[in-house]
Amino acid sequence: MNLTLNIWRQANANAKGAMHRYSLEGVSEDMSFLEMLDVLNEQLNAKGEEPVAFDSDCREGICGMCGLMINGQAHGPEVTTTCQLHMRSFKDGDEITVEPWRADPFPVVKDLVVDRSAFDRMIQNGGFISANTGSAPDAHAAPVEKKLADLAFDVATCIGCGACVAACPNGSASLFLGAKITHLGSLPQGQPERDTRVVSMVGQHDAEGFGGCTNIGECASACPKEIPLDVISRLNKDLRTAMAQGY
Amino acid sequence: MGTPDPSGMIPTNQPSVQKSDDAAGFYTLGAPIIDETAPTGPINTRWQRRKFENRLVNPANRRKLDVIIVGTGLAGGAAAATLGEAGYNVKSFCYQDSPRRAHSIAAQGGINAAKNYKEDGDSVERLFYDTVKGGDYRSRESNVYRLAEVSTNIIDQCVAQGVPFAREYGGLLDNRSFGGVQVSRTFYARGQTGQQLLIGAYQAMERQVAAGTVTQYTRHEMLEVIIADGRARGIVTRDMVTGAVETHLADVVVLASGGYGNVYFLSTNAMGSNVTAAWRAHRKGAYMANPCYTQIHPTCIPVTGDHQSKLTLMSESLRNDGRIWVPKRAEDCGKPANEIAEEDRDYYLERIYPSFGNLVPRDIASRQAKNMCDEGRGVGPQVKEVQPDGTEVLMRRGVYLDFADAIARMGRDAVETKYGNLFDMYARITGEDPYETPMRIYPAVHYVMGGLWVDYHLQTNITGLFCSGEANFSDHGANRLGASALMQGLADGYFVLPNTIREYLADGPFEKIDESHPAVVEAKAEVEERIAKFLSIQGERSADSFHKQLGQIMWEYCGMERTEEGLTKAIGLIRDLKAEFWTNLKVLGTADSLNQSLEKAGRTIDFIELGELMCIDALNRRESCGGHFRGESQTEDGEALRHDDEFAYVAAWEFGGENANPVLHKEDLIYTAIEMKQRSYK
Amino acid sequence: MATPTLVSGSKSTRSTIALKMLMAVSGLIFIGFLLAHMYGNLKVFAGHEAFNTYAEHLRTIGEPMLPHAGLLWILRVGLIAALVVHVFSAIALTRRAHKARTVKYVVKKNKGSSLSSRTMRWGGLALFLFLIWHLLNFTIGKVNPTGGATNDPYNLLVDTFSPEAWYVSVVYFLALIALGFHLHHGVWSACQTLGFTNAASSRNRAKDAGLVVAIVIAGGFALIPLSVLTGIVTK
Ligand SMILES: Cc1cc2nc3c(=O)[nH]c(=O)nc-3n(C[C@H](O)[C@H](O)[C@H](O)COP(=O)(O)OP(=O)(O)OC[C@H]3O[C@@H](n4cnc5c(N)ncnc54)[C@H](O)[C@@H]3O)c2cc1C
Ligand code: HEM
Ligand code: HEM
Ligand code: SF4
Ligand code: F3S
Ligand code: FES
Repeated sequence: MNLTLNIWRQANANAKGAMHRYSLEGVSEDMSFLEMLDVLNEQLNAKGEEPVAFDSDCREGICGMCGLMINGQAHGPEVTTTCQLHMRSFKDGDEITVEPWRADPFPVVKDLVVDRSAFDRMIQNGGFISANTGSAPDAHAAPVEKKLADLAFDVATCIGCGACVAACPNGSASLFLGAKITHLGSLPQGQPERDTRVVSMVGQHDAEGFGGCTNIGECASACPKEIPLDVISRLNKDLRTAMAQGY
Repeated sequence: MGTPDPSGMIPTNQPSVQKSDDAAGFYTLGAPIIDETAPTGPINTRWQRRKFENRLVNPANRRKLDVIIVGTGLAGGAAAATLGEAGYNVKSFCYQDSPRRAHSIAAQGGINAAKNYKEDGDSVERLFYDTVKGGDYRSRESNVYRLAEVSTNIIDQCVAQGVPFAREYGGLLDNRSFGGVQVSRTFYARGQTGQQLLIGAYQAMERQVAAGTVTQYTRHEMLEVIIADGRARGIVTRDMVTGAVETHLADVVVLASGGYGNVYFLSTNAMGSNVTAAWRAHRKGAYMANPCYTQIHPTCIPVTGDHQSKLTLMSESLRNDGRIWVPKRAEDCGKPANEIAEEDRDYYLERIYPSFGNLVPRDIASRQAKNMCDEGRGVGPQVKEVQPDGTEVLMRRGVYLDFADAIARMGRDAVETKYGNLFDMYARITGEDPYETPMRIYPAVHYVMGGLWVDYHLQTNITGLFCSGEANFSDHGANRLGASALMQGLADGYFVLPNTIREYLADGPFEKIDESHPAVVEAKAEVEERIAKFLSIQGERSADSFHKQLGQIMWEYCGMERTEEGLTKAIGLIRDLKAEFWTNLKVLGTADSLNQSLEKAGRTIDFIELGELMCIDALNRRESCGGHFRGESQTEDGEALRHDDEFAYVAAWEFGGENANPVLHKEDLIYTAIEMKQRSYK
Repeated sequence: MATPTLVSGSKSTRSTIALKMLMAVSGLIFIGFLLAHMYGNLKVFAGHEAFNTYAEHLRTIGEPMLPHAGLLWILRVGLIAALVVHVFSAIALTRRAHKARTVKYVVKKNKGSSLSSRTMRWGGLALFLFLIWHLLNFTIGKVNPTGGATNDPYNLLVDTFSPEAWYVSVVYFLALIALGFHLHHGVWSACQTLGFTNAASSRNRAKDAGLVVAIVIAGGFALIPLSVLTGIVTK
């Protein structure tokens, strides 16, 4: 199939960017979206134009490195990661607009690449269970109710891609944050630090400049791992509990 | 260190005599080597004793000791967290935008541990035995025993960190059995075990970042090691955003940079997985051990066309319930699966290996899939292939992995709970519904057992340069059993390295060196020159196109079956490719900004050089063992045939210089606790 | 062992979530008021007498413990406080949201959200403007669009919605639509903000409740101008 691509090009963080138009022919529907961009880049390189920079690593939907705004939707029209989006989701003659995640806490590095280190800093501020190596009791010392273990797993599948932020009209990272709070907060191991964790992580979330959540729900519908909105409620509940404890 | 214990078994050294010399002319034979840190004594006390013998570092001194760790996967991330907790001053590097994205995240199936929670006869000894046998008797006994021993601590540690392993209704951990073994010892978190383990290590590491003991450098690619006065003292990196070439100095350097499967271009590795960190160390003198040992994983999604950028693995756990078959007759191969009657299907693994069936080790499952397709009984679309003699043929490269029986037996819901996410992934990539039609799978490069040579302490032959995880060669011999790479990564990171590195650091802090030290200046200049060179060639071909071509050569001649003729040819082709690379490469953009073409160029040339060494290593090893199958060395019924009399050694290759022959050092493998046997899974 | 202390100067009460909670609580106060207000207003169907007595009764509750209209003023103070808090938090959150994305998308689609959730700020603004008019109309200014008397609450109401001043009813209908939208999202949003919707089932229940509350309140209020316009309620 033949496509027209509108792609955001920006030389570096401080440069002014703009949309550029490219046409691409002979795209196969078995290609992934990123393979389609690989083909474009190979052509640009041959023509002497610098290839489009975009992030990807595992290309199997698990590392969270990829992430593009495709036709106004984070990761494109399917519920999946950009690397797992295949061209069979498009048709011949389509015009596709590709933009980077837009959020001030995720500044553009180049073209479609953004800096998501804000997420790391949120994890640094309490997104863990303090268990020094070697200090662990036997794994069977504390059984965990299966329901809770499954819940913890479901929300721990967050890949930190940032699509939730990209999709949220408020630029909020509440879904990412809620997923971590829920993961650690639903396990017995996570209880001792539960109150302090939520307070410091929320504090960091706000300090990074993410917007507040007004429960719009775009995040959950863009999330490739289908993290549900429940986690934001749990986040709020944990904060409320921590507030009552005076943190 | 390692004083011989008279009460223990003292290895009798039987130097191997190599009768065949296929690689003559391509290498120089160097002096044999031994692992001077290898422990002795009864095998089950070796690690305990070594931990006790290794010296301690005073807590007040740790702050003054700088540790560089390249890599934030299970091996690097776990080490950074643990050494940070201990109070060392750690600098951690990765090329991704966050440590959480290291490729360990992609591991699906699970992690082994000899917990024997199922009371099905598992033990440290059995895990040890299975791993040595699985590795086709090409690994070191002491290392493997240690791995099995610490495996249980890993599970405890991860659970304490909040890793959400699968659990049973009683609230206790669930586990399953995995390819190549008959006990249930694989702990898992649905099909995302690697992700969960890595997030655990990552969080532990981020906690240390907050504590100020670990500094993390993301989007930093290591491009050179700095060796000053005989010790590894630092690295040269490029800040991938600003292009700044920086030097980082320390008392010790750890490479935990993962595997180099991407030398085949198409593999299940991440796009950025590379050999650069290890290869640069190799060029500075570190030995590269058994580079040709590659694991080809049997259950991957087949290639669809030449646009393909990577291959996707479907967890091997699928083999627990899925049945693998091809049509009995080649004529049936074009038909839809459901039109092929039961009696016309050949469940070839169950037929050839009645006791292990679909659960045979990976190397065997992969090679048999290839054999079936070579016989013309493959399924799926026909793809164009170039035969070694240059003719083009249409081949079907795929076998069925069928869940119809499992769905009938367990019900669709149960199958969905167990494998749902894998099925979804398959459907997403292929556009087919695996609940309705059987999946098609084909082997793909997945893991490398080869890597930098290290001693029992995980130190390379360069003093102060350690190497852990997939980047080293140590624990898996010629083939790795499923679920044991995660085990090794975390064993190295949480438990081994922190205990061995202190023996080295007990002599530190070493005399400070600064930016003006000639070794530092030189290493930095080398990096800058290489970058300038890539940008100045201005030829016609992208780095990717060279990489792709290298991959085709490697897959064709150094893939699932290797022959003297093919390997010799490949070496020639690779040398030509290398020459063309340096004259016809085209990298646009500048050095002082994010430049992904430039990054690829650096990785590609290192892969090209590595590819050549892999072929030489494969050519030299005229035996079949584990993942290395030499056409010339097979039993009558086509099984791998080892030659323990000639090849029971680790091939440690020393860089011989630019365009000069590499030097082969042999380290003999000595078995005292386990008897070497010809592997049989029949 | 190097272990960080957790709280890095963060305080739960100074977070965006705390702001949201203020919005939720003040919003729920509004809902409570509106239900009562609607109940009172629906007394128009009971006739002139009943309605005016009710209006008067409101001012005499608690007497002589409280001065005339004492309770009403307590309520008013509460409402004004809630309004200040609600509006203040709304502005703070809106400004944060604008700062969180200063470069807009060229193309942006919304797939997983309701229109009501995305129009909260406009809806809130519309309600605010409406309130000013409404208070001028009935409480502070007592404006009678037909130019008639303003001292009889019942008559003022009927005059306000009389067909000759149809445009006033239009304003009310628009305001009620805005209110319906605001409540449709607001009710579920408040439940979520307060942490009551921790599963898909409770989330759906909260969303249904939002719809019901929106229809009941907006619909209930709408009955009044409708009935006057159609002549069911007359002087
Ligand atoms: C698809 C897939 C599935 C797998 N499933 C399983 C399984 O079920 N069970 C199992 O046991 N094993 C499995 N494996 C194998 C296992 O995941 C890996 O062997 C293991 O995770 C490697 O860990 P590592 O820490 O050594 O390296 P990696 O996790 O690969 O980490 C490498 C790190 O090094 C960094 N790095 C690399 N080069 C540089 C450089 N030049 N400069 C700076 N940083 C650099 C990277 O940024 C990264 O942080 C699987 C592997 C794959 C690919
Ligand atoms: C007078 C009647 C009003 C009622 C009944 C009401 C009710 C509510 C409720 C219940 C919420 C949800 C709170 C939450 O999500 O946690 C809300 C949100 C909101 N309200 Fe109001 N509100 C009213 C008036 C206003 C006014 C006058 C404004 C304008 C300044 C306003 C602006 C907003 C905004 C912007 C939100 C979105 C924030 C959010 O969803 O959390 N509201 N309102
Ligand atoms: C058709 C719909 C409505 C009618 C007929 C109506 C009628 C009235 C009347 C008659 C009063 C004066 C009561 C008195 O002083 O005794 C009043 C007051 C008031 N109304 Fe309404 N109202 C309507 C809708 C609304 C709506 C939608 C809101 C809020 C969003 C609202 C908010 C108020 C407030 C805040 C007061 C002031 C209460 C006070 O004086 O303490 N009204 N309304
Ligand atoms: S919550 Fe979902 S969208 Fe957000 S970072 Fe995690 S996986 Fe991505
Ligand atoms: S879209 Fe945004 S407003 Fe909240 S519910 Fe999701 S973070
Ligand atoms: S590249 Fe890893 S999730 Fe897409």
